[in-house]
Amino acid sequence: MEFDPFVLARIQFAANISFHILFPSITIGLAWVLLYFRTRFTLSNDQAWEYAYYFWVKIFALTFALGVVSGITMSFQFGTNWPGFMERAGNIAGPLLGYEVLTAFFLEASFLGIMLFGKSRVSNRTHLIATAIVAIGTSISGFWILALNSWMQTPTGFTIDNGVFFAEDWLQIIFNPSFPYRFLHMMTACFLTSAFLIAGVSAWRARRGVDGPATLMVMKTGVMMAAVLIPIQIALGDLHGLNTLEHQPAKVAAMEAVWDTQRGAAFTLIGLPDEEERKTHYAIKIPYASSLILTHSTDGEVQGLNDFKGEHPPVALVFWSFRVMLGMGMLMLLVSWWAAFQFLRGKDVSPRLLLVLSAMTFSGWVATLAGWYVTEIGRQPWIVYGLLRSADVAADHSSATLASTLFGYVGLYVFLLISYIQALRYMASKPARSRTLVQGYRETQATGKLS
Amino acid sequence: MEQMLPVFFVMAMGLALLLYVILDGFDLGVGLLLPQATDKEKDIMIASIGPFWDANETWIVLGIGILLIAFPKAQGIILTSLYLPVTLMLFGLILRGVAFDFRVKAADAHKHRWNRAFFLGSLIASMSQGWMLGAYITGLGSGLTNILFAALIALTLPALYVMLGAGWLLIKTEGELFDKAVRWGRMALPAMGIALVLVSIATPIVSSEIAGRWFTLPNAIGLLPIPVSCLVAYFALYRLLRRPEYLRNHNSWVVYALLVLLCLMAALGLAYSIYPDIIIGRMDLYEAAAATNSLQFIFYGVAVTLPVILLYSAYVFVVFRGKATDLSYE
Repeated sequence: MEFDPFVLARIQFAANISFHILFPSITIGLAWVLLYFRTRFTLSNDQAWEYAYYFWVKIFALTFALGVVSGITMSFQFGTNWPGFMERAGNIAGPLLGYEVLTAFFLEASFLGIMLFGKSRVSNRTHLIATAIVAIGTSISGFWILALNSWMQTPTGFTIDNGVFFAEDWLQIIFNPSFPYRFLHMMTACFLTSAFLIAGVSAWRARRGVDGPATLMVMKTGVMMAAVLIPIQIALGDLHGLNTLEHQPAKVAAMEAVWDTQRGAAFTLIGLPDEEERKTHYAIKIPYASSLILTHSTDGEVQGLNDFKGEHPPVALVFWSFRVMLGMGMLMLLVSWWAAFQFLRGKDVSPRLLLVLSAMTFSGWVATLAGWYVTEIGRQPWIVYGLLRSADVAADHSSATLASTLFGYVGLYVFLLISYIQALRYMASKPARSRTLVQGYRETQATGKLS
Repeated sequence: MEQMLPVFFVMAMGLALLLYVILDGFDLGVGLLLPQATDKEKDIMIASIGPFWDANETWIVLGIGILLIAFPKAQGIILTSLYLPVTLMLFGLILRGVAFDFRVKAADAHKHRWNRAFFLGSLIASMSQGWMLGAYITGLGSGLTNILFAALIALTLPALYVMLGAGWLLIKTEGELFDKAVRWGRMALPAMGIALVLVSIATPIVSSEIAGRWFTLPNAIGLLPIPVSCLVAYFALYRLLRRPEYLRNHNSWVVYALLVLLCLMAALGLAYSIYPDIIIGRMDLYEAAAATNSLQFIFYGVAVTLPVILLYSAYVFVVFRGKATDLSYE
């Protein structure tokens, strides 16, 4: 069977961007967490905060390196795989990418050197400033790339002449209708991802009995961050969804698997959407819920997929990704509040909670990826929504070329992901240095007691 | 303004790529030299590039970024023709970049493996870049001569990186490693010379128009400083690398500086050959340029940020000046 080169090109780009996003989704939040550790140490002189910083800055460095190298792949692939995108939309996409390189990439890459290796060469204040600049740089990077992505979803501020986009109003282009929602939703996702990572790794260390006082402080930081952010994230997600309904109704119809336009639409909890028969098999539904969520009225009208025949995204993928994201979000809410409750009560963290937290270490990755699949697959068949089709901008490489490079990429990524998690595990399994701060810290190992 | 913007951006792209070669060139060169060193030396070598490699690598992102941004009609042709070497280069850069971190963070037993990955990544990236350069300056054709030429550059360009790596190590190291760097420099010098000569003669051979530009009077006289300074720099390198004592006494930067001069001259020569084309013989930079208002919008960004970037990059080099010490987060 001959694979469609277009499908292969899309799988290749999806593989690259999925692999890439794993790392910024950690570093964007972790950079600020590290700044917080450093500031706490500077203010309190409590050595434990400094040890927390030293432990996590190593993980930050490794994660950052993976983000950088996988990000370079992205910028080249715009040209190698989707040359039509820049030919047609380059007047708009180009400057946004350019500003990302100019205002973020160099900033983070340069000051990262000082942040990581310059502590003994510059003053404490300069080092603190370098750390802050890295954190700001990672967030600026998110700003530009999400401005571009949002513009591709909800394009404004342009004119089209002969199939080529021209910029009319840069403020409208950057602050396009979906940008504020997508930016806040993604930034919060990054903070949640790092919150569960630091809480999870700390819980894992506690279960192993290699923790110290700093481990507990980090765990608490992660848990509290998550507990505060997750309700905000759910509210932001709701607003983002309403914005999507306004601008990309076909995407919402796929998320909800609503086939026919209807009033009082039910919410399909789970089911198997079937695009051939245009119905959802084995659907479990909550009556009126879809209308209620989307229009805030039980009788509101929800547009169905059949209104967008030939111009709506693959339904099952979007439908399921959306449910994975939602489910993970709910789980995060439950776990973080349960954990926050234990911390606020001031009692020992229960062994069961440690187990659950360590199991949730990479939950942010699952939710973030699922969320991106909803929004990106949900944009198809368009690359610029409603205006430019993905199929029209692809390079004409042969299936063989694309298949062999895809094979190479996937092999490399799987290898790197395994190595990354192995390295994390190895670093986390070493006894915490902060143990030396308290005499006889937790002599009774691996009981899960954190007195 | 309309006429100037594409020229400004092609110059900015050239500057970014030149900076990439002389900066990431020494990182890649150190990677290529890694297998020749003892374990202790490997640590020092990698410490010497530790704080810099990430920012150095960003220059190629800027270079390719400007190609995408400012010349959208050329980027597709260039990058799709170079699909395979670009992909290989990316594999190389990925491997090199992560090996740098993994080698100290994974279990000790795996360190050797990551050292090998560091070397292999550097080798793949350097050779792919040679291939890309060779294919580009022969007009991105797919004939046998193009392929042979690209292969030849792929084999010789790494020598330039080895030289840059050795030159960098002269600045950053002492003792036995310093002596080794001198030897490595001596060994790589002829191969680098061949690479530079090949690149220089390729464009006039491919295009009679370019040949005409180089070899007619009075142009030939005006351009004379380029080949002459390259020859002088080459022989200066040849002599200096036989006088390690001179280099050791506060002159360790001379080798690297001469290499920078060589790269600069080669870049100027190439620019003179190719201008105003962006794809030799097929498309000039005005045809390839993006809309003027888009170029204007990013022009302000480049005009403001590029000097700032150069300033703080220089600051990082000042912070980490002097001989390399062990990399420590503390």
